[in-house]
Amino acid sequence: MSLRINQREVQPTEEQASKSLLDYLRDELGLTGTKIGCRKGICGSCVVLVDEKAVRACRTPLRKLLDAEGDTQVRTIEALRAPDGALHPIQQAFIDAGAIQCGYCTPGMVMSSVALLHRNPKPTREQIRQGLAGNLCRCTGYQQIIDAVALASERMESADEGE
Amino acid sequence: MSVFRNDAVAKVCGAAKYADDYTFPGMLHAAPVYGDEVHARILQLDTSRAAAAPGVVRVLTAADVPGHSHWGQLEHDLPIFASTHLRSHGDVVALVVATSREQAIAAAELVELRCEPLPAVTDLRQAFESNQGCAGTDGNSARTLGKHQSHQQKLVYPEKGSNIANHHKLRHGDVDAAFAHCTHRLQRSFSTQAIEHAYMEPEAAVVVPRSDGVLEIFGSMQHPFSTRQFTAALLAVPLSEIEVYTIPVGGGFGGKDDTAAVVCARAALAAKLLQRPVKLTYLREWSMRESYKRHPYLLDYELGLSSDGRILAARIRMLADSGPYLSVTPFVTWRSIVHCCGPYVVPNVHCDVYGVYTNNIFSGAMRGFGSPQVNFAIEQLIEIAAQELDIEPLELRRRNMVHQDCITVTGQRLSGHTVSLSQALDSVLERIGYHEKRARCSYGEGDELYGIGLAMCYRGMSLGSEGTDMCSAIINGQFDGSILLETGIHENGQGSESAMILALSEALGVRRERIRYRRGSTSSIPDSATTVASRGTLMGTSAVVCAAEKLKSQMAKTLAELLRCEPEQVEFRDDALWGGATEEGQARSKLSWDEAVWQLYLRQQTPFAYANFQAPAIDWDEEHGQGNAYFTWVYGCQAAEVLVDKRTGKVRVTNMVAAHDVGKAYNPPMVLGQIYGGITQALGYALSEDFLMKDGRVQSDNFHKYRIPKATDVPELTAIILENPDPASASHAKGIGEPALELGAAAIANALHAATGQRFFSLPMKPAPTPSERSQA
Repeated sequence: MSLRINQREVQPTEEQASKSLLDYLRDELGLTGTKIGCRKGICGSCVVLVDEKAVRACRTPLRKLLDAEGDTQVRTIEALRAPDGALHPIQQAFIDAGAIQCGYCTPGMVMSSVALLHRNPKPTREQIRQGLAGNLCRCTGYQQIIDAVALASERMESADEGE
Repeated sequence: MSVFRNDAVAKVCGAAKYADDYTFPGMLHAAPVYGDEVHARILQLDTSRAAAAPGVVRVLTAADVPGHSHWGQLEHDLPIFASTHLRSHGDVVALVVATSREQAIAAAELVELRCEPLPAVTDLRQAFESNQGCAGTDGNSARTLGKHQSHQQKLVYPEKGSNIANHHKLRHGDVDAAFAHCTHRLQRSFSTQAIEHAYMEPEAAVVVPRSDGVLEIFGSMQHPFSTRQFTAALLAVPLSEIEVYTIPVGGGFGGKDDTAAVVCARAALAAKLLQRPVKLTYLREWSMRESYKRHPYLLDYELGLSSDGRILAARIRMLADSGPYLSVTPFVTWRSIVHCCGPYVVPNVHCDVYGVYTNNIFSGAMRGFGSPQVNFAIEQLIEIAAQELDIEPLELRRRNMVHQDCITVTGQRLSGHTVSLSQALDSVLERIGYHEKRARCSYGEGDELYGIGLAMCYRGMSLGSEGTDMCSAIINGQFDGSILLETGIHENGQGSESAMILALSEALGVRRERIRYRRGSTSSIPDSATTVASRGTLMGTSAVVCAAEKLKSQMAKTLAELLRCEPEQVEFRDDALWGGATEEGQARSKLSWDEAVWQLYLRQQTPFAYANFQAPAIDWDEEHGQGNAYFTWVYGCQAAEVLVDKRTGKVRVTNMVAAHDVGKAYNPPMVLGQIYGGITQALGYALSEDFLMKDGRVQSDNFHKYRIPKATDVPELTAIILENPDPASASHAKGIGEPALELGAAAIANALHAATGQRFFSLPMKPAPTPSERSQA
């Protein structure tokens, strides 16, 4: 029984399999970029991608993701950069739009944004707000985060056109 | 607008390490044990079952404390380990240390505590009125003595004989005489709720004993120096034996002082006694239960006006719920009394502000610090007064608001800086289209009610008479041309390090890329007080500018000869030092920064400078509440538009515009971020947030029981940065953190009145649903 985390196959022990995905990532794999805010599935600080969908790692039992094929794909904030180290367009847009303050919500916010633009590459600002309604931020008032996702959407679209 | 943050890449990649992200070999885990009473005498504390539980290494109680088991910023009353009494639901009696976190949490359940319950004081007004058997209160409350004798014996500290924690007075002019001349008098009372800071990162601490005996602290706290004091007090060691590092902090907003320091101190005690690294990471439930809140207030106002719309007199009483521990209640209430009349000139004022002990979760510093409560009252009162006098509210504001060289209610002349309140007001009016929209307000007519409202403020900057106000900066230039910078201001996520780098880059005329902000620690720079009171940018960049001036003066003196000019002619710009103007047509002599530092080296000098920026003097007469309270002030205005569904009472804020004078904006996108974030916290304060306790027991213990604004609750926000460089600040910059927050609830209150025709006197504001006529039938 296994799964793939950031492109790497992992085979948790029976004891590890009883943990949440959040605790497994942080405590067993040292992937501390995924944050703990409430452990109740409310704040979104622990959002990661499971098969490109935004999932709250605190409410996801690791066992649920395991199967014999091991083809469930988990992606965390640590694996968002391109192999050459270039930032993902959403990461770059968060920087350029001034969307970062304390940074604690940022990994979850970025991962939710990736999932959002994956299912809707050209969202309106209202759709961005709805897409991020499950991610709490106490610093920014969301304004520059919405700006960042809109900017990333624009840049990703023109990059696609360029290809 | 270009954005600079030195920590952006690390934060956007998940590489930034917060306290809980640290692990060390052999690290143990700790969990707190709560007393679970609101007010009680402790009879017996038995930790033997917990100590015998699997994985438990030790259970610590007050008996294990070598120093002070109670500490605090002003009074040493906050229990790090409670031993004789429990005075709130958040009190901790023990710390379980175990091999794993799960084991520590499981064993915490096994600590046995026997208590004798005592009467709990949880109602603020009753707590205050319980004092009436005692001396030292004002005449107003003495009149109510007979009615409230039943509360007389309910005291948080019977030995103090009173629930009054502190009392500030302000006596300005002759109020009785002035009221006699007033043609209009109005009296209103207001109340505000307890507010949770709701930083996204709960408190956490990792403490590592170093081989030289020093304890290293990696903690989620916003004040390393305060954390060091709490820890040194608990352990009875000198300050030099504790080294607190700056690491990324997941939000603070004033809330990561006392409680965060206590969390670090407890972990430090365990690490010291066990000589192993110890981690203490808080669950959200522990954090919300134990950490202090924004003070709930009860405010009673009486205003007197002349028929031509001049405010002649104000009589004010405020009660602030301190909870059982003093924390910074005397400072919070001091700010309230200085700002008691809002940004208005009132020649006759009699104001009393009391901090009151209760058995609620204690109150302490939170962004706004005694101002949001006052603004909620005074900014509605000014409009109520306008209505009674039949004067346009804006006109009444303009007739009474502070202006250049006016005298404030504490007798301070506002001079030496630009009093920009009218500029802030006009900027907001124009940007939001106030006049046209005001004419369209519903005042209760219709199904979907529309309203627009505004509020404005002035705010004293930095600490004022709260304490010694100074800040250090160290510039440590390297011989390859790179520069290390450090200040006594702490990066709490607001972007202070980036602002300091930009200030130094400008002051030295060097490329920003040369400058690296050094990870600070309490052992590497002098105590520069706490990063509070919107003083970070003001004090920090001023210290940076002062240190840069010293360095420039040293370099100019040493290198003037090489540059063929007098030292005072040397110019620092474009990453180089430039000689003075020589003969006509000749190129100016120049040393690149790299060459300049090398030439210093050859002359046995280091490009190093230290400066301590000392805030300009203030003065204060506590007996009369008069004096020059703050060395400078900022001015701001915010407006809000709302829609109210009359049937359901549901409120939607549809637009907010803010204008704030910051003196000088070093990093404009981060100034905007402060304003947007402040407005949004105010939106929660206005409409949804309410930290609930039931008879002192915490009910709001996680985000499903405490609603902070989500992305869908917040409208598009507009922020206008005003810059009137302030000579009182060495860098000309002032602050923005708190002004951004303190107006929103008042602006929304005025907008709600314009929408519904009703006034809301308590927070959070919840318009009542109005059943439609059809359903009534």
